[in-house]
Amino acid sequence: MLRFIVRRLIGVIPTLFVLSFLLFGWLRLLPGGPAGALLGDKATPESIASVNKVLGLDQPIPVQYVKFLGRMLTGDFGNSLSKSRPVVDELADAIPATVELALAALIFAVGLGIPLGYLAARRKGGLFDNMTIIGTLVGVAVPVFFLGYLLKKYIAVDLGWFETSGRVTAGLDETKVTGFKVLDAILTREWDVLFDALSHLVLPAIVLGTIPLAVIVRITRASVLDVMNEDYVRTAEAKGLYAKTVRKRHILRNALLPVSTTIGLQTGLLLAGAVLTEKVFVWNGLGSLLAEGIERRDYPRLQAMILVIAFVYVIVNLLVDISYAIIDPRVRVR
Amino acid sequence: MNRVRKAIVVASCAALAASVAACAQSERGDENTGGTLTFGAAGAPKNFDPIFNDDGESFRPIRQMYETLIEHKPGTAELEPGLAEKWDLSADGKEITFSLRKGVKFHDGTAFNAEAVCFNLDRWFNMKGAAAQSQMIYYADVWEGFAKNEGDATGQPVYKSCEAKDENTAVVSLNKFKGAFPAAMTLTAFSISSPEALKKYDADKVTQSGDSFTYSAYANEHPTGTGPYKFQSYDTSSQVATLVRNDDYWGDKAKNAKMIIRTIGDEAARKQELEAGNVDIIDFPNPVDWKGLKDKGFNVQVRRAFNILYLGINQKNPKLKDIRVRQAIAYAINRQQLVTSKLPDGAQVATQFMPDTVSGYADDVQKYDYDLAKAKSLLQEAGATGLTLKFYYPSEITRPYMPDPKGIFTAIEADLKAAGFKVQPIVKPWNGGYKDDVQKAGKQDLHLLGWTGDYNDAGNFVGTFFGREKPEFGFNDPALFSELSAADAETNPDKHMAAYEQVNRDIMAKFLPAIPISHSPPAIVSSSKVKGLVTSPLTNERFDTVTVE
Amino acid sequence: MSGIATQKRDKIDALAATAATDEGGVSLIVDAFRRLARNPVAIVGAAIVLLFVLLAIFAPLIAPKDPTVRYLIDEIRQNTPLPPRPGFPLGTDENGRDLLSRLIVGSRQSLIVGVMATLIGLVAGMIIGGIAGALGGWVDTILMRFTDILLSVPSLLLAISIAALAARPSQWTVIIAVAIVSVPIFARLLRGSMLAQRNTDHVLAARALGVRENTIVFRHMLPNSLSPVIVQATLTLATSIIDAAALSFLGLGDPDPNRAEWGSMLGEGSRVYFDVRPEMAIYPGLAIVIVALGFTLLGESLREALDPKNRR
Repeated sequence: MLRFIVRRLIGVIPTLFVLSFLLFGWLRLLPGGPAGALLGDKATPESIASVNKVLGLDQPIPVQYVKFLGRMLTGDFGNSLSKSRPVVDELADAIPATVELALAALIFAVGLGIPLGYLAARRKGGLFDNMTIIGTLVGVAVPVFFLGYLLKKYIAVDLGWFETSGRVTAGLDETKVTGFKVLDAILTREWDVLFDALSHLVLPAIVLGTIPLAVIVRITRASVLDVMNEDYVRTAEAKGLYAKTVRKRHILRNALLPVSTTIGLQTGLLLAGAVLTEKVFVWNGLGSLLAEGIERRDYPRLQAMILVIAFVYVIVNLLVDISYAIIDPRVRVR
Repeated sequence: MNRVRKAIVVASCAALAASVAACAQSERGDENTGGTLTFGAAGAPKNFDPIFNDDGESFRPIRQMYETLIEHKPGTAELEPGLAEKWDLSADGKEITFSLRKGVKFHDGTAFNAEAVCFNLDRWFNMKGAAAQSQMIYYADVWEGFAKNEGDATGQPVYKSCEAKDENTAVVSLNKFKGAFPAAMTLTAFSISSPEALKKYDADKVTQSGDSFTYSAYANEHPTGTGPYKFQSYDTSSQVATLVRNDDYWGDKAKNAKMIIRTIGDEAARKQELEAGNVDIIDFPNPVDWKGLKDKGFNVQVRRAFNILYLGINQKNPKLKDIRVRQAIAYAINRQQLVTSKLPDGAQVATQFMPDTVSGYADDVQKYDYDLAKAKSLLQEAGATGLTLKFYYPSEITRPYMPDPKGIFTAIEADLKAAGFKVQPIVKPWNGGYKDDVQKAGKQDLHLLGWTGDYNDAGNFVGTFFGREKPEFGFNDPALFSELSAADAETNPDKHMAAYEQVNRDIMAKFLPAIPISHSPPAIVSSSKVKGLVTSPLTNERFDTVTVE
Repeated sequence: MSGIATQKRDKIDALAATAATDEGGVSLIVDAFRRLARNPVAIVGAAIVLLFVLLAIFAPLIAPKDPTVRYLIDEIRQNTPLPPRPGFPLGTDENGRDLLSRLIVGSRQSLIVGVMATLIGLVAGMIIGGIAGALGGWVDTILMRFTDILLSVPSLLLAISIAALAARPSQWTVIIAVAIVSVPIFARLLRGSMLAQRNTDHVLAARALGVRENTIVFRHMLPNSLSPVIVQATLTLATSIIDAAALSFLGLGDPDPNRAEWGSMLGEGSRVYFDVRPEMAIYPGLAIVIVALGFTLLGESLREALDPKNRR
């Protein structure tokens, strides 16, 4: 097991290298190069030339790359152009917001998706099954931000349920412990803050989780169907085991295998969807930061964000691999 | 899963969801009582030191915490006593004697007196460093120069000295007469800060790296004025400013215990926050929303239009140096149609660069009524048919004079195309470099921008725009500059008015550096729970008289 | 290789492997079509796609009015779009332009963006995949490593990073960004299908007979790879339309407000005019959903039809 983890960790390194190289290249493709990126709107040929000198951009590429890596590793991303704050600070504030949203979306998608997929498989061919399939197809076809505005208007504003934007109502006395509003509220026993944070979380979580929900339903359904037809299940049924035991012990457990890896796949979708969802619901997380950084061409911020997102992605990959290895011993040998 | 168990799970989930929804609803009913006013702003404040700001979003929190020597009567553009009870202008206009209010304290407990006033004026005049000076935009426009000019400003300083004759008398001496005085002392940028705090928190420290500026601890965390609200905190990650009532205020205490200013950049989200009851007031909504908000029971208070929206022309492009091309642009734009369709009720076409309530407005300027044929022929004459123009407009913002930049752009673009121009649209976020691009770097051929008047003087309009060479308009015309400064130097009020009338005629007939488009009445929208809001055409409202039920 | 990328990869490889089944491309496709004709889902999908393509091609003829002319501008007040009236069945936008015509012409934009992006991605991807599959060895390893990494990045984020490079966003920004996102998919697909065919009977036989490698690749392997490529292209068209809409919404597309395009119409309609005239967002939104759904239905049914498991 340990060997597996170590092997995986080592495998991550080349990926990170390639990503950093890509980022390095991306920066140089930007109009004006990294100097233009740093100078933002004040970039003129003269100022770019002088900054180039200061940044050592007249040195050979390999030397530049090494220096670039060095700066990345020490977390020196400079100041964000939009807010004149160190980018690392912006990130530190934004990460808990997005993680909280993503987790909520995941809970929604998994909590609803697995039961739905299972039920659809059990009632294969029936009305419920067909509606579910259609639902998943539509769910993937609806643009995330469109769904967001629809829910916002018809549910939050017209019906008055839940909240429309931000993470908490401003001015509410809340104590910050970890940056995760729900967790903090529980830790400090501020129940009003807890309700407030939750009611702000519901709609964005539903919107963000819709596509993962659709995918999870499909995969769970397919997986359950596959397993239901497997020989060992039919054997168990033939042996005369109670249907319930068959279901619990064999079908579900085996069916969940591909589902759990899909959950890892959804992280990517969640991050992407977060950019759109956070804009619609004014959620100050990584997605908003990214969207804003793009609109304002805030390259110091974008550069740091890409690296962080890539890093997070790689870590999640790793965790999923490890969990997969735990569930299915065959994987460790691969 | 067992059927019964499943049913229980489903039921409890539904119950939980319902209770959360119910809590959210009931909570919304409670949260805005107890004297907290929540404002939904379009942009975040840059910092809280008045002298380093020039935009309305930054001035909004500043105006609650600070005061100026002279104020405007709420809701008007008339002068009234502020921190100074009386002021006397000498005959030659070069000396102003302020009799200051007694018994006023700064938020840090130190006394407000003549020494404090002179400290502030001296501080501005003696400010060092290109970074700091380049951020003192109002100072550069009004006082024209520093002790040592290191930044963009290149003029001779108007400020001579300030003397604290006694505890409550400050005498300010100028090097020359300027029509802007004494009204300029109402500018929020010239609010009086506590000298102790300025010194203690290193207020003059402004550094620049590339395009970003960092300000002092004073500007970011310890703004100290004399106003009805005090600074409590500014949360940089959520961009929320919290102000609390100043219980030691010399005048009527603020009706609210707390005032919160939230930044919600997206205008649709801002409107939704108002509708959801999470903010009490928002400013400059898109005209398309006025009726809907009124129908929903919100107070849509419309201020008198004291602003100007113009289409800036950058003569850096040699083809635009030909006045016939600029006139073609003027004739090509159907401004009446634009005003009627895109701007709120009550908006008017602008014939010159200032509203008709300002002295110096001339009724008989050359008008450029919509005339497509004339536009086309002028363009042909100048040999510029098919000219491609880079047209900049901002996104993510609404301004009092420009409540829908994209809509206004679309209308003008269509008109220009019909006249034979080719338009290349370039959009830039307001908070992401729009102003720097068009005003400092001059990258555009055409752009949309405007101005809300600060006080009732023509110099505040045409003087600010065309008084000196600016990258925004890309021309150097000494004739225009000297005509403007001559008008400004005129001490006799009647001659002053006549001189500016002539300036306006000449601008529209001879120079035409830009095209005036419209004056728009901006609206401020508040929920029905809000009472006591007095609006001002200068959009410089104070919120201490407001109550939220 | 990590688990997530593996999953994505496996899906593509499975599709690629269908190229290696059976005798030849033609009978495979004919067989698939016969099966499709009996599948109601496929019929619905094909119908939607057909309608959309026809609409897009004949848009200028079908649209009742010119989408850029501000017919009713003089009736517009306070920037408010007008409700339906004679001659303007869906009403106007905020500039007095006919909404129905804009919707119809907007289909053209979506089709162009979708087709161009998919085509570019397809061609580029196939070249890369073809080289990797044909040459094998370390060329294959490096190219595939590269595509795997690109595959593991969520498509929208990748598209955003590419679009952000553009100094001045335009229609091409969106096309290129979405195209690049689909390149690794097609690369992987073609390589996979070539690899899958390497050991099939007819390829081995051809080699044994001494047929030149080039001929084998171009005359046999490529045509057989056609079916999985068509399936993937159909699915990619669906996602490119949605991703393009997202990019427009984020402001990374064409800044010209005159161009009728579903993505930006949806974006503006949702953000600004949703309260006053939700139709301005709902019509383009529904259009995007239906078209994306059509392509997805068609693509998924094609994939199922080609799956050897279904042929019994």
